[in-house]
Amino acid sequence: MATNTRIILICSGKGGVGKTTLTANLGIALARQGAKTAVLDADFGLRNLDLLLGLENRIVYTAQEVLEESCRLDQALVKHKQEPNLALLPAGNPRMLDWLKPEDMQRIVSMLSDQFDYVLIDCPAGVEDGFKNAVSATKEAIIVTNPEVSAVRDADRVIGLLNTHGVNPVQLVLNRVRPKMIASQEMLSVDDVTDILALPLLGLVLEDEQVIVSTNRGEPLTLTGSNSPAARCYSNIARRMQGEDIPLLDPSKEGSGMRDKFIRLMQTKIF
Amino acid sequence: MTLRDILNKLLGQQKTSASTARERLQLVLAHDRSDLSPELLDQMKREILEVVSKYVEINIDEGAVSLETEDRMTALVANLPIKRSLPTTNSGVDS
Repeated sequence: MATNTRIILICSGKGGVGKTTLTANLGIALARQGAKTAVLDADFGLRNLDLLLGLENRIVYTAQEVLEESCRLDQALVKHKQEPNLALLPAGNPRMLDWLKPEDMQRIVSMLSDQFDYVLIDCPAGVEDGFKNAVSATKEAIIVTNPEVSAVRDADRVIGLLNTHGVNPVQLVLNRVRPKMIASQEMLSVDDVTDILALPLLGLVLEDEQVIVSTNRGEPLTLTGSNSPAARCYSNIARRMQGEDIPLLDPSKEGSGMRDKFIRLMQTKIF
Repeated sequence: MTLRDILNKLLGQQKTSASTARERLQLVLAHDRSDLSPELLDQMKREILEVVSKYVEINIDEGAVSLETEDRMTALVANLPIKRSLPTTNSGVDS
């Protein structure tokens, strides 16, 4: 039995900022680093974690059957073929939402924490019942947001709710960062977002077309050992979660030509 | 404010969209966090000004009451330039 299981909720408030992609990639990356990892799809209404992991055709039972006690936990867990340290507990039928209670979520998570070092919970968007159920079962949280006003605003709302529920620590992952847009000051900078949300930054993920390619294939970037920008960011985040001291990437240091230097000069804060 | 913002100002160009985003976010978050609607905030401002003007004469045009937020703490900040204090008989304590 794993005694120090880390139970981490991956949430954002707003939909479409990259929660599920981050969950899939961190799950694989942690598993590759040797940690026994379970990813739990808590988005019962609109499940997608199975698809991003390429496990959609291997689901037999789901969290629903486990809760109804019509199957054992290990029958429902879908082990990843290439990365056997990772297992997915799929979301059940959307009708589960009608009866699912915070206690059910706590029961599932406590069963998982008996067997795994990490339990990553892929939280549904929004701040309604699905979110509240998931929050009730977690100890710590990762907030995913994009450098956009709507995503940051929703993240702020969720941080407030996590604080009320006593979730701690809460860390930030800034996703889909475009260094060139930040340099020309047409995108909120990393500092802008961390200042506004007042959260420690666990990492940032650069905008990367390869993310779309990998979701098309159902093979998370961290699985294929890709060296694309987002893949490196995801692995760095996983290593930081494991306690390694990996320096944060500085988007403003990307590029070293005369033009980049000029752009950096124009960014100098006067007051 | 950055060097680029200043240049833009001198050249009469628009502010960068990132600084607009920052300002808009700070304002909307101050409201979100305090759970005050703009109408309620306006009403509160008016009442604060009323109370203060019972005791001192203030320059209402230059006065500002706003919510400011830093490190997840929201503060109500009132900046009310005082012209002069009113005689005590006029202090607004009726009866």
